[in-house]
Amino acid sequence: MDDATLRHGIGELIAAYADCIDDDRLEEWPDFFVDDCHYLITDRESHRAGLRHGIIYCASRGMLVDRVTTLRRVLMFEAHRYRHIVGPTRIERVAGDVVEARSNFLAVRIMHDGASDLFATGRYLDRIDVSRTPYRFKERLVVLDSQKIDTLLVIPL
Amino acid sequence: MSVQDFEIERPVNWPSNGISEVPFRLYTDPDQYRVEQERIFKGPTWNYLCLAAEVPEPGDWVATTLGEVAVIVARGPDGAVNAFVNRCAHRGNLLCLTRKGHAKEITCIYHGWSYDLEGKLTGVAFEKGVKRQGGMPPEFHKDDHHLQRLLVAEESGLVFGSLDEDVPDLATYLGPVVIGGLRRVLNRPYHVIGRSTQILPNNWKLYFENVKDTYHASILHSFLTTFRINRLSMPGSINIDESGGNHFSQAKLDYAAEDADYKAAALRADTDMRLEDNSVIESVDEYGDQVSVQILTVFPNMVLQQVRNTIAVRVIRPRGVERTELDWVHLGFADDDSAMVERRLRQGNLIGAAGYISMEDGCVGGFVQRALQYNDEGSGVVMMGGHDAESQNFRASEAAIRGFWKKYRALTGT
Repeated sequence: MDDATLRHGIGELIAAYADCIDDDRLEEWPDFFVDDCHYLITDRESHRAGLRHGIIYCASRGMLVDRVTTLRRVLMFEAHRYRHIVGPTRIERVAGDVVEARSNFLAVRIMHDGASDLFATGRYLDRIDVSRTPYRFKERLVVLDSQKIDTLLVIPL
Repeated sequence: MSVQDFEIERPVNWPSNGISEVPFRLYTDPDQYRVEQERIFKGPTWNYLCLAAEVPEPGDWVATTLGEVAVIVARGPDGAVNAFVNRCAHRGNLLCLTRKGHAKEITCIYHGWSYDLEGKLTGVAFEKGVKRQGGMPPEFHKDDHHLQRLLVAEESGLVFGSLDEDVPDLATYLGPVVIGGLRRVLNRPYHVIGRSTQILPNNWKLYFENVKDTYHASILHSFLTTFRINRLSMPGSINIDESGGNHFSQAKLDYAAEDADYKAAALRADTDMRLEDNSVIESVDEYGDQVSVQILTVFPNMVLQQVRNTIAVRVIRPRGVERTELDWVHLGFADDDSAMVERRLRQGNLIGAAGYISMEDGCVGGFVQRALQYNDEGSGVVMMGGHDAESQNFRASEAAIRGFWKKYRALTGT
């Protein structure tokens, strides 16, 4: 596979992921992951200390589906959405069919009444399965810059 | 201003001498907030400061708070844990500027005054002046300018502090029932496995009441009922100490029956809602007593939770009338095998800022706070289960909330 194809596929995956969340097509969100996946929202300090505990810790695609089902049908919260701004992606390592990549992100939270706040900044540390297209995440670590979360976190980052 | 002569200019009016009706203005009034800082947090109470495990070695220190007061907890060279205010005796500068560290002494960056790990002033830069000019006058004695010390006491590896010399000893303050609840959960060596802070857009008391509120759990947190996890019909109890301030509630679970139920539900096609991956609630009876939920509070700022196999200390930090920071300190135990480590991580989805059975608590206090905006006349009602703050062997009750107000009224004199 040539480098341009690889970079294009990874760029598409990362951009489409953010669009999916921001467009509120959350039912499609688990499809960005392989079945045997990890999705973890942690913070810089915990990550540096080697801790795996997360604000969200999903160790299977089923756990991602459950996040969406509960958000839609069970959990109580005030309506809001995000706007993700994802910076350029750097490919850090290619090992066979798995690519490790890193992207910085910023997520603005827009409440139903229009109030907008900077909700989270951080980096995505991804391990991406590129054995077939479209590419999918084997692991997505969302490493937040801050340990502080305003009010609650229900929509994935 | 001392605690004794602190005057309330506009006292909040309680509708009665009781504890089952609570004036709404308690959550909105800046004067009341000031009263609470003086009479509750700086008063004769034991405030949770940190875990002893966070300062394991002599020289280790952490910066924390008692109410809004900045505090340092340090382990001295003799191994004892000391606590003192994080405020230089010279000009009041903040001494420790990071959350934790390790040092032989603590030196103020402003003018170089230094203190040992018991808070004693040991060095004053240019105390004798420069070239025999300037310097401190002869009547200045370093012994008169130590950092204000807190009383410190430990229970189950939790470090508590008090700024009031009249506070009862910690064991008396907690009471035997609540000590039993602490020791049940923290019964073996533990360590921090994760940490986060949730910012709550509401008065600190709304969160403290929420934790003591066994009535709301199966209603607000519909995850519990949707997936048949915790119902008020399950055997349980509310246990309240004599002062009312401290408590724990428990609910028991037939772990084996639940497991069988879930396996059956997974096979039934007619089940409308079910989890794709049950591992988020698959739990083991690690204490061997079938208690699946124990929520314990220590007045005025600490929660110890066991929700299945998630163990966490939550610290309630008031940050103004309408803002509270809630620290989550997630714990694991030294004897956890790899399956237990993974189990605690997966069940971690139940709790914290994104927790299936806790995220609503992050927003509901803010909803109350908004509803009370310039509309804080009158009182709320906490009469579920009666008017007293006695222990009960059922949970459809607000008894523990009334316990909070019993302690609160005794301390604030309001």
